[in-house]
Amino acid sequence: MDALLTRLLPNVDWIEIGYASLDTLSMLGGSMLFTIALGLPLGVLLFLTSPRQMFEQKALYGVLSLLVNILRSVPFVILLIVMIPFTVIVTGTSLGVAGAIPPLVVGATPFFARLVETALREVDRGIIEATQAMGATTRQIVVNALLPEALPGIIAAVTVTAITLVSYTAMSGLIGGGGLGDLAVRYGYQRYQPDVMLVTVVLLLVLVQILQTVGDKLVVHFSRK
Amino acid sequence: MINFYQVHKAYRVSGQDIPALQPSDLHIARGEVFGIIGHSGAGKSTLLRLINRLEEPSGGRIEVDGEDVTALDANGLRRFRQRVGMIFQHFNLLSSKTVADNVAMPLKLAGELSRSAIAARVAELLARVGLQDHADKYPAQLSGGQKQRVGIARALATEPKILLCDEATSALDPQTTASVLQLLAEINRELNLTIVLITHEMDVIRRVCDRVAVMDAGSIVESGTVAEVFLHPQHSTSKRFVQEDEQIEEGEQRDDFAHVQGRILRLTFQGEATYAPLLGTVARETGVDYSILAGRIDRIKDTPYGQLTLALTGGDLDAALARFEAADVHLEVLR
Repeated sequence: MDALLTRLLPNVDWIEIGYASLDTLSMLGGSMLFTIALGLPLGVLLFLTSPRQMFEQKALYGVLSLLVNILRSVPFVILLIVMIPFTVIVTGTSLGVAGAIPPLVVGATPFFARLVETALREVDRGIIEATQAMGATTRQIVVNALLPEALPGIIAAVTVTAITLVSYTAMSGLIGGGGLGDLAVRYGYQRYQPDVMLVTVVLLLVLVQILQTVGDKLVVHFSRK
Repeated sequence: MINFYQVHKAYRVSGQDIPALQPSDLHIARGEVFGIIGHSGAGKSTLLRLINRLEEPSGGRIEVDGEDVTALDANGLRRFRQRVGMIFQHFNLLSSKTVADNVAMPLKLAGELSRSAIAARVAELLARVGLQDHADKYPAQLSGGQKQRVGIARALATEPKILLCDEATSALDPQTTASVLQLLAEINRELNLTIVLITHEMDVIRRVCDRVAVMDAGSIVESGTVAEVFLHPQHSTSKRFVQEDEQIEEGEQRDDFAHVQGRILRLTFQGEATYAPLLGTVARETGVDYSILAGRIDRIKDTPYGQLTLALTGGDLDAALARFEAADVHLEVLR
């Protein structure tokens, strides 16, 4: 078995693949954490300030919306490079896992916030009205009604964002971000080692499959409709 | 209990004011079931939502339980709303929470009771609406009638003095409607709760309401006791609602009567008079013959009533009319 693997994939260093996989996972986990921490409030704010909602604020919504759209329209590769000085200020390095997380978060947060906004919009207005009629504060409406009702949608948003982040982490390999993408660029692309490329792609595919399956399961679990 | 003084409401749509409620006065007494009937777009939903200020009035004054609701600040409004329950056409239950958690929600938001006190209150409320066995189910697992019962339990959680019902039975089948209305009548009686309900079905008004206001195009066009409005509607909109309920067409009926001989009258009995053998007595004493052209014997809330359209021929017609006039019935001579 070992011999067969070595013959088929002569250039693959499994230990290095292991470390790269761990890097990818920590980039994904770290950036997802910050993306949720920033994107969820931003999505809620976008929803609340949007037209005909509880805190309708045309100007604020316009500014936030524009900011989100600008960040979303910048190709991630460009964002990776533009962000380097900022990343150095925040993490002290633009390389490795730590260097990759800031651009990943900045790239994914606007995307995630929009998905959260859409998920909140799916909540029946009648539920908001009923909660208002109980004498709830806006904070209570968000925490006790909107977020629980939108939970399946938000989980789906996390799933889609996580999968997007997987491809972003691979891209961050371009600027020395580490992880499976880095491996694919350095070995698979620069040294013409298609077997390394193949292994990294398969591993990324497995990761995406796992994320999607788990996400779908959670959505079903939390859907009570 | 609830007083409107020249309250009006207009929506601003693309720079134009669209009136939803013309300046209106409304007085609802403590402990009564007050119905507001109107077609969609008549402004009844706006009127109902003005009571707990889910809609902000454009002008006028609203008093509830002696308190000027229009003057409340955000905090005061929240506390006020905790004392006003509301149920909805589409129930508006949280699909992510169990029945018990839905009912507990107003209590949790108010934050005044301990967790165990809330649990006890929820159990008591679920027992009242007959859902004690469904506490751990999710709303999606319930029937429409059960969902509305959860809505009622939830609305009663904070022991409100007023219950607002927004088309509460419009999404339910006739049988379920009857049982939900019965529950509403029960809590009105037992808790001395003032109930304001809006509907587009006269039948709902007839079954549970004490008084009714008829709305058309943003105005209250007629109001009074249900018996008054139901048996002797004045405004064309009220007449239409009554006819819809009785499923008769006025035009058709007139055509039918064209072939009938003699005088045509309509007698309206209410209360005990409904069961008095008046027709036979009058016919025997005055020698008139009668035939019943149309009729209905039913109840308005708890009071029986009858309304008969008769054709009288032969005998002493004037004496018969005088006898009806003198009796405990309302007489209209149609022809």
